[in-house]
Amino acid sequence: MKNHIPRIASSEITPEGVYLDRRQLLAAGFATAALGTLGASTTLAASPPALAPLTAARNQAVSTSDAPNSYEDITTYNNYYEFGTGKSDPAVEARDFKPTPWSVTVDGEADVKGKFTLEDILKPQVLEERVYRLRCVEAWSMVIPWTGFSLASLLQRFKPTSKAKYVEFTTLLDPKQMPGQRDAVLRWPYVEGLRMDEAMHPLAFMAVGLYGKTLPNQSGAPLRLVVPWKYGFKNIKAIVRIRFTEQQPRNSWQIAAASEYGFFANVNPAVDHPRWSQATERRIGGGLLAKRAATLPFNGYADQVASLYSGMDLRRYY
Amino acid sequence: MNSTRQFRFIFKPLVFAACAIPAGLMVLGIMKLQGITEFAPMDLGADPVSRLIHACGITALNLLLITLLVTPARQISGWNNLIRLRRMLGLFAFFYAVMHFTCYAWLDQGLDLAAIGADIVKRPYITIGMAALLMLIPLAVTSTSGMMRRLGRKWIKLHRLIYVLTALGVWHFYWQVKKDIREPLLYVAMFAVLMAWRIGWRFKGKFVPARVPEKT
Repeated sequence: MKNHIPRIASSEITPEGVYLDRRQLLAAGFATAALGTLGASTTLAASPPALAPLTAARNQAVSTSDAPNSYEDITTYNNYYEFGTGKSDPAVEARDFKPTPWSVTVDGEADVKGKFTLEDILKPQVLEERVYRLRCVEAWSMVIPWTGFSLASLLQRFKPTSKAKYVEFTTLLDPKQMPGQRDAVLRWPYVEGLRMDEAMHPLAFMAVGLYGKTLPNQSGAPLRLVVPWKYGFKNIKAIVRIRFTEQQPRNSWQIAAASEYGFFANVNPAVDHPRWSQATERRIGGGLLAKRAATLPFNGYADQVASLYSGMDLRRYY
Repeated sequence: MNSTRQFRFIFKPLVFAACAIPAGLMVLGIMKLQGITEFAPMDLGADPVSRLIHACGITALNLLLITLLVTPARQISGWNNLIRLRRMLGLFAFFYAVMHFTCYAWLDQGLDLAAIGADIVKRPYITIGMAALLMLIPLAVTSTSGMMRRLGRKWIKLHRLIYVLTALGVWHFYWQVKKDIREPLLYVAMFAVLMAWRIGWRFKGKFVPARVPEKT
């Protein structure tokens, strides 16, 4: 993970609250055992040992000025069904996941295809930090300082052909390491996709780090997509395959429930999920009495991305 | 100590304490969140609001099913004293259901009546949850011995509402889950078993309608 311009590591300027309290771990275990009636899945603060620091300057132009969530909130409240359907499952279940060595297969409508190691992928990249809002389809949100590089800069290297209308991403399939894949909650492996113009948009980002350190496993290590104007489930994690296609890929949540989750999944307060409102969101970390905030079209990135969808009926293409 | 006294002074307080444990855990969790205590056995996590809503709701549902377990347990064990727990279990279910709604309306929706109203009307899972909660109210109100005596046979009929509202509660749970329906399905199965037992018992011609217990 080399980088050309040494700058101040964000870990030096941003406080974080990582800790692992053994007493809390033990007691939480007892509480779960003793109190089946609560259906309690306990939250455990789990941080894998020694994540390598990354050097990256903050891209202020695209970063929100909202205060980032704590490292603890970001890494203990995860939707990552490969490691369990509970929000606190991934922090525990992903602890022994091996994000290295890693390689990504590139195929489909592109001139440059093949298997690329993570080092190949990272070599020409200058890492930068972007503080993005993340809006989950479940109507909660966070603010996260990602480290990574623009998705376009990666995809261009593969020289997609004129037939490449979409790009499809696939997560690792490895039920041994990903215990959630032993249950057919979703169709495995997880698949996501973008239209090429979305993928090439300067806001689309490939994250390899969080809070100035290598991405922890529960956040999608080693390679995780971040598309801030779309619902969180578009942000596919632990990517092992990038395929350029002519046809629109079928993403996992669309396969699971097409009436509830679409391909585009743009954040849109005007189009409710069939079972809940998308008009407002709860910002994680606000405490018990924090008011819900209004959800913004395209998660507040409308100025930059709304033109991608001009003329499209966003009620139909949700 | 005879068995009735033993029941009243030992067993019943123990069950009361057990029913209060979830509430105690939630209070401790809130105290930790507010920095009043350092340690809580149930950490409310990054999203304490939804955690509290879920914990109250699931506890209410658990207690409704336990309430419905009283009659089969009595029929199987022949231990008729169990019936004396039923009111307390039902009232605790009501308490947690009210807390479930309170957490939703206050902590989640900030008492925004327009938003809550829209939710109840527009979202079927909230509509049926609300219906279940409303049905619990007359049952809680008529749970006193005085009301039982006054209503007589009508009391029994009225309190059959528990079958309907528990079904709605389970459905409410099933419907709000995003994808992993294994836990709601477990509740469907438990409710089905409890109802099947009743049908089977009646079919055997041995069905004993819930009796108004004599004054305790």
